[in-house]
Amino acid sequence: MAKDDITKSFKFIGTRPNRPDGFEKVTGRAKYGADISAVGMLHGAVLRSPYAHARIKSINFEKAAKLDGVKAIITRDDFPKDREGEPLKLLENTIAGEIAYYDGHAIAAVAATSVFTAKEALKEIEVEYEVLPHVIDVDEAMKPDAPIVRKNAGDFSVPEGSSPNVASYIEFGRGDITNGFDKADIVKSGLFKTEAAHQGYIEPHACMAQLDHNGQGEMWVCTQGHWYIRQMCSEVLDLEASKLCVTPSEIGGGFGGKTTIFIEPLALALSKKSGGRPVKIVMSRSEVLRATGPTASASMDVKIGMTKDGYLTAGCVEFRMQGGAFGGSPVSEALQCAFASYNMEAVHHIGFDVLANRPRAAAYRAPGSPMAAFAVESLIDEMCTDLDLDPIDVRLMNAVAEGSKSSYGPKFKKIGLIETLEATKEHPNYSIELGANQGRGVAAGYWMNHGGETSVSVSLAEDGSVNVSVGTPDIGGSRASIALMTAETYGIPYDSVRVNILETGALGFNEPTHGSRATLASGKAVYEAANQTIAEMCRRVAKKWQIDPDAVYWENGYAKPAGPNAGDFTPISIKQIASEMDQTGGPIAGHHESSIRGVGHSFGVHIADVEVDPETGRVTVLRYLVAQDAGRAVHPSYVEGQFQGGAVQGIGWALNEEYVYGEDGCLQNAAFLDYRIPVASDLPNIDTIIVEVPNPDHPFGVRGVGETGIAPPLPALANAVAAATKVRLRSLPMSPTKVLKALKTGNDGC
Amino acid sequence: MQYHTPSSFSEAVTISNSADGLVKYLAGGTDVLVQLKIGNNSPDHLIDIKKIPGVKEIALREDGGWTIGAAVSGVQLTNHKKLSREWPGLVEGMELVGSAQIQSRATLVGNLCNGSPAADSVPGMIAAGATVSVVSSSGTTEVLVEDIPVGPGLTNLGTGEIITAVNLPKRNKHEGDAYLRFIPRTEMDIAVVGCAVNLSLENEVIRSAKVVLGAVGPKVEVATPAAECLLGENLDENILSIFSDKCSELAKPISDKRGSEEFRKEVIGVIAKRAAKKAYDRALGNK
Ligand SMILES: Cc1cc2nc3c(=O)[nH]c(=O)nc-3n(C[C@H](O)[C@H](O)[C@H](O)COP(=O)(O)OP(=O)(O)OC[C@H]3O[C@@H](n4cnc5c(N)ncnc54)[C@H](O)[C@@H]3O)c2cc1C
Repeated sequence: MAKDDITKSFKFIGTRPNRPDGFEKVTGRAKYGADISAVGMLHGAVLRSPYAHARIKSINFEKAAKLDGVKAIITRDDFPKDREGEPLKLLENTIAGEIAYYDGHAIAAVAATSVFTAKEALKEIEVEYEVLPHVIDVDEAMKPDAPIVRKNAGDFSVPEGSSPNVASYIEFGRGDITNGFDKADIVKSGLFKTEAAHQGYIEPHACMAQLDHNGQGEMWVCTQGHWYIRQMCSEVLDLEASKLCVTPSEIGGGFGGKTTIFIEPLALALSKKSGGRPVKIVMSRSEVLRATGPTASASMDVKIGMTKDGYLTAGCVEFRMQGGAFGGSPVSEALQCAFASYNMEAVHHIGFDVLANRPRAAAYRAPGSPMAAFAVESLIDEMCTDLDLDPIDVRLMNAVAEGSKSSYGPKFKKIGLIETLEATKEHPNYSIELGANQGRGVAAGYWMNHGGETSVSVSLAEDGSVNVSVGTPDIGGSRASIALMTAETYGIPYDSVRVNILETGALGFNEPTHGSRATLASGKAVYEAANQTIAEMCRRVAKKWQIDPDAVYWENGYAKPAGPNAGDFTPISIKQIASEMDQTGGPIAGHHESSIRGVGHSFGVHIADVEVDPETGRVTVLRYLVAQDAGRAVHPSYVEGQFQGGAVQGIGWALNEEYVYGEDGCLQNAAFLDYRIPVASDLPNIDTIIVEVPNPDHPFGVRGVGETGIAPPLPALANAVAAATKVRLRSLPMSPTKVLKALKTGNDGC
Repeated sequence: MQYHTPSSFSEAVTISNSADGLVKYLAGGTDVLVQLKIGNNSPDHLIDIKKIPGVKEIALREDGGWTIGAAVSGVQLTNHKKLSREWPGLVEGMELVGSAQIQSRATLVGNLCNGSPAADSVPGMIAAGATVSVVSSSGTTEVLVEDIPVGPGLTNLGTGEIITAVNLPKRNKHEGDAYLRFIPRTEMDIAVVGCAVNLSLENEVIRSAKVVLGAVGPKVEVATPAAECLLGENLDENILSIFSDKCSELAKPISDKRGSEEFRKEVIGVIAKRAAKKAYDRALGNK
């Protein structure tokens, strides 16, 4: 609460200093996952299933084991047999047991003295498979006679008569739906589909692990959250968590995809089997695409009622999402986001989490929200077009605000959707005139954000500079933001703060850098911990001055007497207090541990201008605007970076990214050549507007900003393409092939 | 794998003829090294031709044509002002290959010998009427570029046959060429379809034409019937539309992850029409 209302008087917050990790990163000195090595280290390689679904009848690695330099070979036999529930699913996904569930599923792993030898050994492992029928598409998997991915996979929630591939079912809503639709002047419905998209982080997964026979081990790994790695590896391998010490490397992107395990338990098991030698595994890009990530594919029915003035009266959705062979699609989050931007009396949500022979879905930036936005925001746009209403005005009329009860339950505190819509409407991009074959699309998006388990410490160095220890890896500039908040709290220069990301043994449990939480949660915790040290400094100064600690206050890096009654003392600087610590009671440090609450929800509104080549179906993005509520932009450049990054990933998902499977269920485009992430020249400058409606539950007003930005691009581009061509595409990606077909035949792609 | 660095083509031929197992040549290496890394088609002998004198030279012959050494990179071509002015279509085909990094290594000859039906510089070379000099133990012969590719990843070159250079004919006034490809992105993609057109005019009327289609068949194909529609014409909308349909008709594409048969057939016509227009405008401007 403290500084919330003195909004504009910050000294450091809102400035744009260089990030402390920047120099090392641009000079190549920073250590990423694959840069870690140790004496005596072995190299691991993983044998992967060439089939989408197959029974593993036998594995013979005698020949491979005889190769010079091969030190260990592991299969599922080297892992505990008694795992259940989520740990069993994690184990199954790490290494196949009786059945390989997807193309790329790990079957065995080798550790050898060189990468080359390890890969040669893989070729010598003989696996006998019995190929089983597979299913890839979510609607196919929903059919009663679909090939069964995993027997008895459905939980208690699954309604009787569902396909055996339904893992869970969810239903919620409020209000009288029939009545809601009755009040509408038009009711429209549609089927919408999105393909799976990969997080596409530039750094492939990499780790080095060491594990002794007694269960004591260490791991260096590229991850968003090393406590998660520790927890999951311990569960899979039946280790005592505290005996495994996990240190994160720098990280070249994660976007949610690095919040779980893939190769890590394999490296540990290989290390143990080779007598405790460190083992490094680095994935290739093709392994990354075949066996990690992506997010779910979705098939979605939406129905919405609207009055002729544009008021939304009711909405229903049924989302079917495929999240791979073990379930875990973000269908529940997708449903929560579907109507979250709007005040609607009657809403009804149904969701199915469906299994298919694909890699297990991992989190991806605002999991579920982009698909939901695509379906709902596209349909709203169709209705605005039908009724000739301005899409921003319609959203303003229906927008949620402070006090609104959200479509999925919780009541919103202070939020900034209306401010964001207004800012968008005033931006020059909204009124630039368009030419032939050009169109403009508007869409909103939402993400609830997350606080989560957080543990930090702050300590004073002997010269008055400050060390901050956090457990959230720095992906998007959080060291800089945390340093700015620390500098603000103490009133000391930004350069006098060093933020370190510590290993699992040094702090309590920390959730990963996910849910847009690092700046919000670690920042809030650091503020608390820093204030503990400030209180301690004031206490020591009070003792020196022989006055009551309450009569000392802290300002701009100095302990000062609180007014004339306290006495006439010269303020003492943090530098002096620090230099005398050894005589005044020893080290000064603070720490904070809690499950951080009070996340600020973040809404975004995007405007896309596109041009469609009527002869080839190629879509060019001409202009793009992101407006989003950041609560408070601690470091505006990194907030803009998040906005732009989210937009770019959304543009890729909307236009050209997709998983292409062959008839055999194998992934055909497991490389960046054919998994088409946008390249720099595909994109216009992404304009940004940072809206600041402070989060009342954060000391500096921060809301998470990392995720919301990926949701609106999917519908914004679909709406722009529809405006440019008068043809509506209801299936992503809007690749040239699909767009040209739509132009010729009116086919919406579904 | 053995790595060789011969200092003459005859030495390279000798090494190649006495080698057993798969032999590959290393020009820019932008195909070979990627294949090595993936573990596809790993050669037993890798013969680097870049140490051979003259392979990085672009020379104007006495007859007014050009000889481009086998290891000349994309960047060398684009930086060569006179050559780029005379053969903009050929050069722009090579310029589309990869990125700045790839451009500083990749070669015309490597692009040709990799044998991809989607190779971007090959239609332009064929349209230009280019030949390659092929050296073997029985001497040097000159072969039309269009006679080199035979199918995906396959060429007519036998064991011990090595290309030393690409030869372009003399460029005359009132001639122009162009190459265009279709990709879903703006760069770093493989042509879904591609088309090169080379024209010569007389009083603004097309006197001769060569049209070459890429990525719509097992190899780059010369589209003679399409070129014939252009003869004696001055490229109005009507002719362009006939030409476009002819190219679509001649295309024999497959459906794959990069595009459907239907899409390729349709879009090759569009790209061919646009390439023809560009080549025509260039020929008009070449006074
Ligand atoms: C990131 C990336 C992007 C790319 N983008 C494109 C693109 O957009 N369009 C495109 O067409 N290609 C593209 N390529 C492929 C490649 O860059 C081109 O095919 C390039 O022209 C190959 O030339 P090189 O000199 O590197 O060939 P190399 O790799 O050296 O050789 C290729 C083949 O030619 C043979 N060869 C080489 N020299 C001779 C010789 N003198 N005689 C006989 N045979 C010989 C070799 O044995 C080998 O089989 C791309 C590659 C990469 C890595």
